[in-house]
Amino acid sequence: MNRHRLLWIAIVALWLALSGAVFAQNTDESVTDDDVNRVARELYCPICENTPLDVCETQACEDWRLLIREKLEAGETDGEIVEYFADIYGDRARATPTTEGFSLIVWIAPILIGVFGIVIFVRMLRRWLARGAEAGPEPTLAAPPTSGDSAPADPELGDYAARVEEELRRSA
Amino acid sequence: MISDIGLLAAWFALIGSVVAVLLALYGYWASDAKWITSARRAAISVWPLLTVAVLAIEYALLTDDFSLNYVASVSSREQPLLLKMTALWGGQDGSILFWAWLMATFAFVVLLRRWDQDRDLLPHVIVVTMGTLAFFIALDIFASNPFKKLDFMPVDGRGLNPLLRHPGMVIHPPLLYLGFVGFVIPYAFAMAALVTRRSDAHWIRLTRRWTLIAWLFLSLGLLLGGRWAYDVLGWGGYWAWDPVENAAFMPWLVGTAFLHSVQIQEKRGMLKIWNMVLIILTYGMVIFGTFITLSGVIDSVHAFARSAVGPAFFGFIAVTSVASVWMLLRRLDDLRSDNRLESIFSREAVFLFNNLLFMTLTFSVFVGTVFPMVSELVTGEKRTVGPPWFDRVTAPQFGLLVLLMGIAPLFAWRKQSLQRLGRSLWLPFVIALGAVVMLFVSGTRSAGALLAFWIVTFVGVTTLWEYARGVVARRRVQGESWPVAFWRLTGRNRRRYGGYLIHLGVVCMAIGIIGTEMFQQQTQGTVAVGESLELGGFEIRYNGLINRRGADDLAIVEADLTLSRNGKELRGLLPRREIYQNSGQTMTIPATRSTLTEDYYVILAGWDDAGRLATFKTYLNPLINWLWFGGLVFVVGTMVAVWPDAEAERRAMARQAFTRRQVAQAA
Repeated sequence: MNRHRLLWIAIVALWLALSGAVFAQNTDESVTDDDVNRVARELYCPICENTPLDVCETQACEDWRLLIREKLEAGETDGEIVEYFADIYGDRARATPTTEGFSLIVWIAPILIGVFGIVIFVRMLRRWLARGAEAGPEPTLAAPPTSGDSAPADPELGDYAARVEEELRRSA
Repeated sequence: MISDIGLLAAWFALIGSVVAVLLALYGYWASDAKWITSARRAAISVWPLLTVAVLAIEYALLTDDFSLNYVASVSSREQPLLLKMTALWGGQDGSILFWAWLMATFAFVVLLRRWDQDRDLLPHVIVVTMGTLAFFIALDIFASNPFKKLDFMPVDGRGLNPLLRHPGMVIHPPLLYLGFVGFVIPYAFAMAALVTRRSDAHWIRLTRRWTLIAWLFLSLGLLLGGRWAYDVLGWGGYWAWDPVENAAFMPWLVGTAFLHSVQIQEKRGMLKIWNMVLIILTYGMVIFGTFITLSGVIDSVHAFARSAVGPAFFGFIAVTSVASVWMLLRRLDDLRSDNRLESIFSREAVFLFNNLLFMTLTFSVFVGTVFPMVSELVTGEKRTVGPPWFDRVTAPQFGLLVLLMGIAPLFAWRKQSLQRLGRSLWLPFVIALGAVVMLFVSGTRSAGALLAFWIVTFVGVTTLWEYARGVVARRRVQGESWPVAFWRLTGRNRRRYGGYLIHLGVVCMAIGIIGTEMFQQQTQGTVAVGESLELGGFEIRYNGLINRRGADDLAIVEADLTLSRNGKELRGLLPRREIYQNSGQTMTIPATRSTLTEDYYVILAGWDDAGRLATFKTYLNPLINWLWFGGLVFVVGTMVAVWPDAEAERRAMARQAFTRRQVAQAA
């Protein structure tokens, strides 16, 4: 009984301590460089070629990162800021294409080709197996001199040893 | 004067290659060996002529001949000698000439070999190699001429782009181009085999070494490119899924699929049609990759239309693809499989699945690379496809591929007993599980990371175990010591154990990639002199800014930092900004502290006038050096696999002859 109450007190205390931290965060106004970069990483420089906004070193990008900072300080969320840039500069400002409209194609295409590939793969296997079944077992050839390139059929070391011995004998 | 000789030599090289193609075609059509011999002579003359052209450009570069437009655009008076020489591939005009010269070198070597055994293949190899060469020389002369003169001679050149002055960047293009042109040779032989109705694996055996060497160069080019990006570009990473990176990656992917798939044709006479498709695709990707790299078409659709280079490439790719596929369709019946599949649990089936994964990967990268351009063409609006998309789409495929890489060598040809497979795999399975449990206990919670680490541990242990078993067997039989047994085993089975080494290299690289992609930490902050910036237990104290002059018109601003960890001072770091006075371009060079467990990586992002305040961006990249180490193992493994082995070749010939006799007797 005592232990139970102690546990509850511990939980409540912990919860209070954590909430304290949360409230502390809310009242902290300063936006760090890391916050700005976090948002900038979701964007690409609208005018440079293939440069993410957090690494771009031009003055224009500096200004845009400043803009992101101001928006974060004003309380906007990451998503809102990304949408703002996309509205003004188009989808080329996004680092990741959306799943709406034309951009949906870029997400669907790999899935389609994956499905297509699996279908072809299964069909090829089936065709190979069918040809094997109707043709009957292959005429067995006498075992050719073993090479180091064929996979071991037997994980036992004896097989390896036998092959090594064979090679040594032949090259002697 | 010298440059005029160079241009003349290029013209003659073009004529020589075109004449060689025509002579070879006529000789084949008329079945007349004399014409084919002449074709060969004409083809052999191309390399010396192109060498003269290349030497002429080098001469112009080394003597600061700025009357040439190209020299003025990639060189300057105070450029270091080495960079003047390597400026040959510093711009589009020279790069195309350089590419052509490398192609001519490979063709030259191929044509000089003894052709007695393969007389029937010769004319077609000439047509393909010389045809490709003619295209590139023509492209250079007509659309991108490095010998073009300026109306006036400027006092000084513009100088090489600062990004290209790093040693890694100097060697990176030649390696990539060597990889590209190297793959043209197997393609030429494949087309020759197709036309001459050869349905065996002869062309594969002939070009096996070429394929591996081309693949090695391409791999090296990609690895060094990544290393250069990490060391010099200063954004904390090594791969950005940039269109030009992807342009080199796609031929590598298809080339790797080809490398594996041809083994099936060699061993079992299957997948003949597919191998033709693969090599045609590889060739297409090589030309396409060269196209993207040299013309910058993906960045803007409009650059494509303006430059003459774009449409020419497009046309060439279209013509060669159509011609290759047409020839393949005509010869389809010749390429029936020799053998059948007995079980889906066989190496054949596993290799087929391996090919499937490589194809889906290539297609994924292709879609992501061309989508921005397609989107602009179709909707007028360019849509960026950045690393988040590529990572999300390719990561599962890579994971599956690595898993396959571990299991496949355990599959026997024709039929693998599942029981035996289970016996080989249960221990690595359990060990990998143990590793994952340890990771979980020590704090890793991400399901993706745990799965990824399970896969690499499983594959690593499996591959090491396969290797060790061979060494142990040798020791048992020969009584050799561990190092000697290891050396002899590898030396006598270079293809196999070279392959295992390559796979081990991939495992190490995967470890590095997982560490960095999933556990990277970064932070940015502005500090005053004396203040510190913290990241992941590491701390850098800013001591001040140093201004100094460097070679090659450089002004350098360096930050003096002291790195500590948990209070203990480790070392000093000097990240810097290099400013090229003439062009105003800057480079942000990072400073790194590297260990096997992680890299602490810092760049100087900005500073105020007096250097009182400075902004730093720091990264903690866990396990990244496993990537470079793995790359080294990978390269060593490839060299082992490529290394000529007269002994093994003799055995292979004996086996072929034996099998042929058996088949003849059975028939």
